[in-house]
Amino acid sequence: MRKPSYLALVGTALLLATSLTPAMAAQTDITVGMVLEPPNLDPTAGAAAAIDEVVYANVFEGLTRFNSSGEVIPALAQSWDISEDGLVYTFNLPSGVTFHDGTTFDAEDVKFSLDRARAEDSTNAKKNIFEGIDTVEALDANTVRITLTKPDGLFLFQMAKGDAVIVAPESAADNATNPIGTGPFKFDDWVQGDRVELSKYEGYWGNPVALEQVTFEFIADPTAAFAAMMAEDVDTFPNFPAPETLAQLDADPRFSVVVGATEGETILSTNNANPPLDDVRVREAIAHAIDRQAIIDGAMFGYGTPIGTHFNPSNPNYIDLTGQSDYDPDKSRALLAEAGITDLTLRLKLPPPSYARRGGEVIAAQLRAVGIETEVTNVEWAQWLDEVYKQRDYDLTIVSHTEPFDIGIYVRDDYYFNYSSDEMVAIMNELNDTTDPAARTLLIHKAQQHIADEYVNGYLFQLAKTGVANSKINGLWENSPTQANDMTGVSWSD
Amino acid sequence: MLVFILKRSISLLLTLIAASFVIFFVIEVVPGDPASFMMGFEASPEAVEALREQLGLNAPLWERYLSWIVGLLQGDFGTSYTYKVPISDLIADRIWVSLPLAAFALTLSILIAFPVGVLAAAKRNSATDVSIMGATQLGIAIPNFWFAMILVLIFAIQNRWFSAGGFPGWDEGFWVGVKGLTLPAISLALPQASILARVMRSSLLDTLDEDYVRTARAKGLSRRQALWRHALRNAMIPVLTIIGLQFSFLMAGSVIIERVFFLPGIGSLVFLGITQRDLIVVKSVVMLLVFAVIVVTFLVDVAYAFVDPRLRKGR
Repeated sequence: MRKPSYLALVGTALLLATSLTPAMAAQTDITVGMVLEPPNLDPTAGAAAAIDEVVYANVFEGLTRFNSSGEVIPALAQSWDISEDGLVYTFNLPSGVTFHDGTTFDAEDVKFSLDRARAEDSTNAKKNIFEGIDTVEALDANTVRITLTKPDGLFLFQMAKGDAVIVAPESAADNATNPIGTGPFKFDDWVQGDRVELSKYEGYWGNPVALEQVTFEFIADPTAAFAAMMAEDVDTFPNFPAPETLAQLDADPRFSVVVGATEGETILSTNNANPPLDDVRVREAIAHAIDRQAIIDGAMFGYGTPIGTHFNPSNPNYIDLTGQSDYDPDKSRALLAEAGITDLTLRLKLPPPSYARRGGEVIAAQLRAVGIETEVTNVEWAQWLDEVYKQRDYDLTIVSHTEPFDIGIYVRDDYYFNYSSDEMVAIMNELNDTTDPAARTLLIHKAQQHIADEYVNGYLFQLAKTGVANSKINGLWENSPTQANDMTGVSWSD
Repeated sequence: MLVFILKRSISLLLTLIAASFVIFFVIEVVPGDPASFMMGFEASPEAVEALREQLGLNAPLWERYLSWIVGLLQGDFGTSYTYKVPISDLIADRIWVSLPLAAFALTLSILIAFPVGVLAAAKRNSATDVSIMGATQLGIAIPNFWFAMILVLIFAIQNRWFSAGGFPGWDEGFWVGVKGLTLPAISLALPQASILARVMRSSLLDTLDEDYVRTARAKGLSRRQALWRHALRNAMIPVLTIIGLQFSFLMAGSVIIERVFFLPGIGSLVFLGITQRDLIVVKSVVMLLVFAVIVVTFLVDVAYAFVDPRLRKGR
């Protein structure tokens, strides 16, 4: 075998050549563009959306998961029973599930994962979603019983989050750099600053996936993202950062542009404790001074849906309250006069995303039209977290709240809006104790109405998901009900 | 010569110590907490506090400075807050992008600048000289990131000869790596070559006016012979200085080009470190860059001494 014959060489070359010909079969590798690189790859120890955008559903699975329309569907738990009183959940787990390092998955791993997430020293960013858990018991290898301290209508929803994925005790500590899950793709390589590579896990227990290789490429600069798309260096950019070029990409037959919805309620967050913003009339005046469509057109190139409360318009429980804070500068001026406000200057702090920076300029102009001056400061995220979020040293800011169903933040008494209302607390408490869907819908409406009536924040628009993809790719998510780039159903057509 | 090198070494060391102070304490002043950045704004305060404790951010400033310095002396740059891997690993990966890129750009710059500069000087005030001066003026004026985008537009989007960015890695083969760095290197080299060519030209013209060149001419050498044998070597000192500065600049200053081409280099590591408040990464990498710049300056100083024997006396 030291000297292979020429015939063998030629044969190998021919084989290679034919197997590499794209016409032979559909492509099975994909390069996905992302704006932000995840700081680590452990969804149970970080809140960065980019972590879930790489690993959610691809590498890690939880008991339940979200599908492309945001519904909670079975994942590692194939089915479950809920006791009459809503306190005891019994999950049935499949057998034959293995982690990517070959270790077997069973009920003990579920117990380990959940106990770890709610432990004293846990650095799980959503520690609070595990607070309601009283005990987790592994009844046998395929059955887990979770007992809650009080009924929680959202429990299955919470368990679908990336923060609640199931990890193995053997590998949990290293998941930040070497994630080991039960998903259909296993982690291969991470070139920090450049890309993460995943490949198909042959031992996957569920439906086999079509793709063999998935590469996530990180491109922060919008112009570079456009160039990479045009040069076909990346196959898809699910959250494309350069909306101004979407028309051009859409006109190109090589690409398709899909505009969907995200969970991002983009709001003019208001410091409700700072006079005169503690006066509801002033907050209402600001709301009427804002022309939402002008912001969507001016800052988002027309992509976005106006909202009148802190709720996702594509959710069936949404109620349209935009009329309650419609664009009416005269009313705005009248309200300011009624509140006795003259010479008002507010500090508007803007984080880096373009919705905030561009939107902030439009809002500053609109506020000036009704006699409110703004002092605009551009801040980085770290500074925003420190000054606005932590120290609450701001009057107004623009930020997109991207958690699904996050209306509960209005009852967090340590939250940066500085808003508190006993009535809202009562509504949310009742909601948490209610499991009947119809009754829940009514309470959710009530909560939306309440924060709209109180004009807690300026409700601007629901952030659009503007995705670009090669026209031959099927199965990408159109909407973004959670932060994820689920590759499990993605395939290429010939 | 030895005394000269010794003196330079001491000043090198003092500069490093001063730099470590400035870097550490100035970066501490920057507002923003790494832990709260990592956990995001929906995180619970307890989780953020647990992380601060885990990262050792609650220790007093002096203690952290000392442990950082002691670590650096032992070659331990610390562990990145965000990536949770040793910073030396991060640097080790990226140095193989940044260093070759800087070397590639500098080589291009020298290869362009030398002939062009010498030609312009040799043909002083001719049409060639004037057009070279005009072209280099343009080369300096064009911002390199804009030039980079034009290159991408032509060679990546229209012709598809190169990819629009990213770095395939050296494991894919030497020429694949070189190809990946070509557009960035050209965009970095253009302004540097322009500067270098102009320095080359004016430095040569200065020496051509010196007495010894006139003597050489009087002795019977042609203008060209005098230029090659006598003027060129003496004109090298300012050129070497500029080359040294350019190398430091290319190592540390390619942040923007790395962003345009989304290259995983040192510059983008610092940039990410700053935006994500991964302060330990910023400190260690900046310190490393300072070290590199000081060493390059030191080497340039030594190179002067080779070119100009008068400097070896160690005044």
